[in-house]
Amino acid sequence: MYKYDSYDQRIVDERVAQFKDQTERYLAGELSEEQFLPLRLQNGLYVQRYAPMLRVAVPYGLMSSVQLRKLAHIARTYDKGYVHISTRTNVQFNWPELPQVPAILAELASVQMHAIQTSGNCIRNTTTDQFAGVVPDELLDPRPYCEIIRQWSTFHPEFAFLPRKFKIAVNSHLKDDRAATLLHDIGLKIVLNEAGEIGFQVYVGGGLGRTPIVATLVKDFLEEKDLLTYLDAVLRVYNLNGRRDNKYKARIKILVKALGVESFAKLVDEEWQHLKDGPGTLTQEELDRIKGHFTAADYETLDNDTNLQQQLNENKAFSNWYNRNVNQHKIPGYAITTLTLKKLGTPPGDITDKQLDVAADLADRYSFSEIRSTHEQNLVLADVKQSELFSLWQEAKAAGFATPNLGLLTDMICCPGGDFCALANAKSIPVAEALQERFDNLDYLHDLGEIDLNISGCMNACGHHHIGHIGILGVDKKGAEFYQVSLGGHSGPEASIGKILGPSFARENMTDIIETILSVYVELRIEGERFIDTYRRVGQTPFKERAYAKAN
Amino acid sequence: MQKLINQSAILDNNWAFIESVESALPAGSIIIPASYWLENKASLASRTDIGIWLDSDAEIELYIKEIAELPLIAINFPAFANGRGYSLARLIKERTEFKGELRAIGDVLLDQLFFMKRCGFNTFLLKEGLSAEKALEYLETFADPYQLAYDKPSPLFRRKG
Repeated sequence: MYKYDSYDQRIVDERVAQFKDQTERYLAGELSEEQFLPLRLQNGLYVQRYAPMLRVAVPYGLMSSVQLRKLAHIARTYDKGYVHISTRTNVQFNWPELPQVPAILAELASVQMHAIQTSGNCIRNTTTDQFAGVVPDELLDPRPYCEIIRQWSTFHPEFAFLPRKFKIAVNSHLKDDRAATLLHDIGLKIVLNEAGEIGFQVYVGGGLGRTPIVATLVKDFLEEKDLLTYLDAVLRVYNLNGRRDNKYKARIKILVKALGVESFAKLVDEEWQHLKDGPGTLTQEELDRIKGHFTAADYETLDNDTNLQQQLNENKAFSNWYNRNVNQHKIPGYAITTLTLKKLGTPPGDITDKQLDVAADLADRYSFSEIRSTHEQNLVLADVKQSELFSLWQEAKAAGFATPNLGLLTDMICCPGGDFCALANAKSIPVAEALQERFDNLDYLHDLGEIDLNISGCMNACGHHHIGHIGILGVDKKGAEFYQVSLGGHSGPEASIGKILGPSFARENMTDIIETILSVYVELRIEGERFIDTYRRVGQTPFKERAYAKAN
Repeated sequence: MQKLINQSAILDNNWAFIESVESALPAGSIIIPASYWLENKASLASRTDIGIWLDSDAEIELYIKEIAELPLIAINFPAFANGRGYSLARLIKERTEFKGELRAIGDVLLDQLFFMKRCGFNTFLLKEGLSAEKALEYLETFADPYQLAYDKPSPLFRRKG
C-alpha cells in the first residue's frame, strides 16, 4: 500500500495545525457558525443529532493493521467504542467532542491518516474495486491511479469550493464493477488501446441523490499520462458552468444533461487543449513511483489446497461461509475473504473497538497486515492462504465477522439514518434490523440467492437505495416515517436505477412488503435466475399487483 | 475599514470602488463594473487609472482578449463558498496578457487566502473586521502543495526532482 514520504506527511501535519487553529477560532467566537461550517465539512465533521460526526478518509478502502488499531484506540478514547464503515469506504465516529477533534486528527496523522475532504463541496475520496490487485480477470491494479487522484485532489486550490460535492471512482475489472463506477461524477474505466497502451474511458455525470443518473461516456481513450490534465479540464468546466443557484441542480450530472453530452465533451476538450502536454502531464517516473507502492505481496508458491475440500465436506457451516464470503484469488493457493459487518442485532457497517483490534490481528496473521473496507460496508482480508481459511473462519466467527451472508438479502447497505443523521427523514437502522430478524433463516437466504437491498433515510441516498435490486427510501409523511420501495436498481457493469413501486408504506408493514416481493420472485423465477434477472424479464407489474393487493 | 494586503505586507487601498455607475466617473483611481467598462471601452481608453471588477458569474470569454492593458482587475466573491472566482483568476493570469494587479474582493476570509494566492490573486481586500496582521499568516498554510497552480507552475512530483 502507499506509504507517505516526507512531503505527504508534512501536508497532513500542516492540516492538523490548520484545523486546530480553525477550531480554536470557532470556539473563541472569531469564526461564525456559517464561516466554520464549510471548513469543518471539508474535514469530515458534521454536526449531527447528538454530537459531531467525524468521517475519516480511507483512501480507496485500504488500511494497514496499524491504522486499524489506531481507529480502535480513537473509538475507545474519544468515542463510545464503535465506528461505522460508510458507503464511500470511509470510517465514521459518531460521538466525538468538537474540542477533541484536533487531537483525534493528530492521532490519525501519526499513522498516515486524515479526514481531508470527506465532506463538503469538494473532491471526495476516490473509490475502487475492493478486490483490486488480487482478483482474477482484472486488467491491472487500479489503486495507483486512485492514489495519484488522491494527491492531485488534496487541497486543489481551484476546486475547494465547487458547486457541489464531487466523487470519482476507478474500475479495472474486465467483467464486474464492484465500485458502482458509472454512478459517480467521474467514472474511470481502465482499458488498453489497440497498441496495448494503458488508458481510460472517462464517464461523466453519474450519481445518486435526488436525480439518479448513470454516467455517460465523454472520452473513449484517454492516455495514462493525460489523466490529471483531463481531470483538471473536466473540473474547470464544471466549476465555471455548474449551477450555484439551486443546491439540487448543482451536481455535474445536471450540467451534462443541460448541455447535452456532446456539447459538454466539446467544452472539456477545448479546455483540455490548453492543459494537455503541459507540466500537469504525469511523468513515467511518477507513475513508476506510485505503482511501486502497490507491488504484489510476498506470496508463497502454493498449489490449490487439497485439505480445503475435505474441510468443506465435513463442516456445513464452514462451507456456507466459504460459498458466500470467500472469493477466488488470482494467485494459486490463496483466497479473498470478506468479514461481514451485517450480524443480526448490529446496525449494518458498525464495528466495535474490540472487533477492530481483532480484525487488525487477523490481518497481521493471515493477510500481510492489510485490510480493506468496502462500499457494501464490510471488511476484506485479501490475501489469505487457502490452507488457513478454516482457522481464519473459526476466529472470525468468534469475533462476529463470519455471518455467511455476503451478497445475500441481509447483507444490506444502510445509512446511519434518523437515529444519528440530522438530514434524515426517517430511521433506517430499525428497518434493517426488522428485516434481518425476519429473514434470519440461512437456507431461505441462500435459496433466494444474490439480492442487493439498500436503505437510505433520505433523498441524499447515502444508503444507495437507487441501485439496490430492492431499494428502500425513508420519507416524511406529515411527520410520520414512511418508506418508498423501488425495484430493479443495479450497480454492476449494466448499472440501472430502480423504479419506484408505488405509494410508500408505514414502517410496521415493511417486512411484510419485502416478504411479498420476495415470494413473487420465488414463484416467477426460472431456474438459476437471480432476483434482478427475473425482475428484468417480467417487469414491475406482478410485484406491484401483489404488493398493493390488500389495498384494492 | 476594510484592510488590504498583498502576499507579504499591509497596503493602503488607493482604489475607490464603484459598485454601479450612476453618474459621471470621478477622477482618480477607480474600480468600475466590468460590463460598463466593456461597453464604454473606447471612451475610457485615455484613462490609465481605471480598473474593473468582475462578479463571480461573469462570462469570462467576453473579457479575455480585452484586458491586457488594465492596471487592476478585481474578482468578487459574493460568498466565500462560491468558488467560481478561483477558475476566473487562473484563466485571467494564465491565459491572457494581463500583467496588472488581480485583487480578491467580497467575502474574503482568512481560510481561503491560501487558495486565492495559489490561483493568482496578488492582493486581498479583507472582509470588514478582519485583522490584516493575522491574515498575512494564512498565506503559507501548506509549504509544498501537490498541484501546480499559478504560484507553482509545476506539480509536486516534478518539483521534487
